[in-house]
Amino acid sequence: MTVNLEPNIPDPDGFYDELLQAHATLSDEESDAFNARLILTLANHIGDRGVLRAAIEAAK
Amino acid sequence: MVASRYETAFKLYPYEKVEAQSGAPVRHPVVIVGGGPVGLALALDLGKKGTPVLVLDDHDGAGLGSKAICFAKRTLDIAHRLGAGAPMVDKGVVWNVGRVFRGEGQLFGFDLQPEDGHRNPAFINLQQPDFERFLVDAIRAAQDAGAPIEIRGRNRVTALQTHAAHVTVDVDTPDGPYQLEADYLVACDGARSGLRDMMGLSFDGRVFEDNFLIADVRMKADFPTERWFWFEPPFKGAGQSALLHKQPDDIWRIDFQLGWDIDRAKELDKENIRARVDAMLSSQTGTVPEYELVWTSIYTFQCRRMKSFRHGPVFFAGDSAHQVSPFGARGANSGVQDAENLAWKLDLVLKGIADHQLLDTYAPEREFGADENILNSSRATDFMTPKSKISKAFRNAVLDLAGKHAFARPFVNSGRLSVPCVYDDFPLFSTDALEGPAMTRPGAPCVDAPVDDGYLLDHLRGFTVLAIGGNKPQPVTAHGIETRVVHISAPSALLAQRYLGGQDAGVYLIRPDQHVVGRWREFDAQTVQDALTTSIAKD
Repeated sequence: MTVNLEPNIPDPDGFYDELLQAHATLSDEESDAFNARLILTLANHIGDRGVLRAAIEAAK
Repeated sequence: MVASRYETAFKLYPYEKVEAQSGAPVRHPVVIVGGGPVGLALALDLGKKGTPVLVLDDHDGAGLGSKAICFAKRTLDIAHRLGAGAPMVDKGVVWNVGRVFRGEGQLFGFDLQPEDGHRNPAFINLQQPDFERFLVDAIRAAQDAGAPIEIRGRNRVTALQTHAAHVTVDVDTPDGPYQLEADYLVACDGARSGLRDMMGLSFDGRVFEDNFLIADVRMKADFPTERWFWFEPPFKGAGQSALLHKQPDDIWRIDFQLGWDIDRAKELDKENIRARVDAMLSSQTGTVPEYELVWTSIYTFQCRRMKSFRHGPVFFAGDSAHQVSPFGARGANSGVQDAENLAWKLDLVLKGIADHQLLDTYAPEREFGADENILNSSRATDFMTPKSKISKAFRNAVLDLAGKHAFARPFVNSGRLSVPCVYDDFPLFSTDALEGPAMTRPGAPCVDAPVDDGYLLDHLRGFTVLAIGGNKPQPVTAHGIETRVVHISAPSALLAQRYLGGQDAGVYLIRPDQHVVGRWREFDAQTVQDALTTSIAKD
């Protein structure tokens, strides 16, 4: 499996808004920690090591 | 005395003294205050239905300067129904290619290929004064054909008194004051609504701490008809974002986002503006084309709305009721939808066909539309001007990724184009018994599609029963409304795709503002009649 780099989220504006809302009341430090937890949660959902490795590359 | 509040681009309805200025106050069924896009569209719609309407405007023409410039498909569809659409589309600029830049480099480009099977493009760029002029032209043509529309220029409302079932209005004119009365009064008098203030009503929301410099330049040079948008533009003093796009008559609209703490006088200095414009126009070609500055101003913006768009016999429509940031062109476009929503309801109630309860549905439907527009325009604004460290981090991450990966591009938000709202779950609409495509579900505005002799929307006037495939339905009559029947036995592929989805046939009931009331797999007179009764708020 390869990492999907094409648009894949329905209602991208709604998702983006929800993501930022989750940060709205957090301090900078809390936001960093929240991002780390979120990335680990999503990574677990993806599971596939090849995909995760490709995603790490794509984000560099 | 009627002092001028702003310069006009041209006269459209010069002041003329009328008999009603002397003698006892005359009662009018509908008085519209404000002859902008919303007031004019409403007057034209009512007048063409035969309901007498009087428009009062405290100037005698279209205000000069940069106001609305982008008119979306739904607005053009409405204008077409009103007989004003063709000259708008003829004069308007249609563009498809856009480029998004960040700093020196291009992040990505896009080509909005027009979707097939619509009479009108997704949007046009057209200056607001021209939009108003074409509406007034259509009003003059309708008047000649007998439509009971009157426009009184330089008639300023100075006071109003609301009673249980009518309004008394004090009007000032160059020949002095007079009074008139109205069963219903519609305030289409803009974001700084005088009527709203006179009634002591609040207008709450969010003020964005930012200033935008607008420069309209006339440029004869050969320059691409594309929309260019910069995040973090590289030109000196250009601010945090910049936008360039084309209007008719060789005019280009340029916006610079300058931030909150600025020296307005200094920013409006011609030399400063020219330096920025030079840098922008030469950024892709290396040379500065010849141009002249025709209009400059600085604006700040707000997203706010009135708590209720109706107060007894007074309705608020357009910017007087709701104001949005300009990103996505949701101001004038949504105001014209307000007008269309109110026109048929006022018409049916004044003719005694529907009860006054129908008018109670205007405010909730259009407040819902306003909330959707405010949400979209706030999201665009938050993307363009991130308010916190983390929102800036995500915004910049999106821009970093968007240059390399397609998935990040849908997050880039410099304004989502105005589309009309769908009145999901509102009481005048029936549940979806067809299970057809989502885009044409009950509550949605009808999407255009090709039919034998042109376009579907041309066939939808008044209450319409639209049958696609199947047998031709009988006309349905209820409460004095006789529906028009349109039967398309062999639909085009696009019509079937937009209205049937996987079904073989479908029957739609469509109300006068071309929103779908209900839809079914087959025609049943009683079912359609019940839906029609519900759609005019009858029990």
